[in-house]
Amino acid sequence: MIIINGIKTDADGKTVEEYLSQTDYSRKRIAVEINGEIIPKSQYETTVMNDGDTVEIVGFVGGG
Amino acid sequence: MSMNEQQAKRYARHFALKEIGFAGQKKLLSSKVLVIGAGGLGSPAILYLASAGVGTLGIADFDNVDLSNLQRQIIHKTDNIGMPKTESAEKAVKSLNPDVNTVLYNFPLTPDNIIDIIKDYDFILDCTDRFETKFLINDACVLAGKPYSHAGVVRFEGQAMTYIPKKSPCLRCLMGEVPLDAATCKDVGVLGAAVGVLGSIQAMEAVKYITGNGELLCGKILSFDGLTMKVRVHSMPGFDHECAVCGNNPSIHSLAENRDDYTLQSCRTGGEQ
Repeated sequence: MIIINGIKTDADGKTVEEYLSQTDYSRKRIAVEINGEIIPKSQYETTVMNDGDTVEIVGFVGGG
Repeated sequence: MSMNEQQAKRYARHFALKEIGFAGQKKLLSSKVLVIGAGGLGSPAILYLASAGVGTLGIADFDNVDLSNLQRQIIHKTDNIGMPKTESAEKAVKSLNPDVNTVLYNFPLTPDNIIDIIKDYDFILDCTDRFETKFLINDACVLAGKPYSHAGVVRFEGQAMTYIPKKSPCLRCLMGEVPLDAATCKDVGVLGAAVGVLGSIQAMEAVKYITGNGELLCGKILSFDGLTMKVRVHSMPGFDHECAVCGNNPSIHSLAENRDDYTLQSCRTGGEQ
């Protein structure tokens, strides 16, 4: 299982891209952190999430 | 540079900080910081930078003070409704600290004028309220090699990061493209104290950069949620080598070429600006 935003999620073996495509996240307004490091968007298709990984979806807001 | 008796008293608490001291104060007094946006984020940022004795404070904004601003834009006063925000902010700065020289830009920053304006400054604060302008500032700072602080806020939450040329990833490394569907403070609301937190963080980053202290939010995103009081720092240790502006083969070489990215979505669809 993978911990995504604190919740155990069955996404083992999926790429970040595959996982996000099944969610409502707006790709342009988030960063994805895996095990403490944000991964570049250009690596979403090649980065595989593995059992035990901790994933945080970091949202960006544009107001001020 | 010598300091007079008034200055010695004004900055006494800085002198007591070993990280700033007399030498750091001299750096602040000879520094030039540009704050783009004199709204929610800009209000506390400008006030803290002015009180810290930043020598030259550029203030850019093309709006006038509106009654609906005053719930959070603490630099502006009821008496100043209708006045350009730059002038209203300048009045507050002058009454707070006469040491500070102000330079006002009472017009929108665009791909055609932003580089010329930022080149005169040591550090820039992006205190604007929409992603199109945030990306304009990011790309301008990357192309001109200027350090800057990014922040964004809506509702009770926000984020901040600091860009140092050639040392840390830029906003495009993190976000890629300009999001066109982002919520605005006008639509979803914003708490004054939330912009206060993030604007203060931006001022702190500027002071740390100028005085050479501590760790900046370089390669890091600080995310703040005032409702849950979750504060986290996420790390992005490297650049995105495919970044369109600071990557190995950038596709953005000039702001003019990339003009469409900085055009407000509302203008693209003919809606209200």
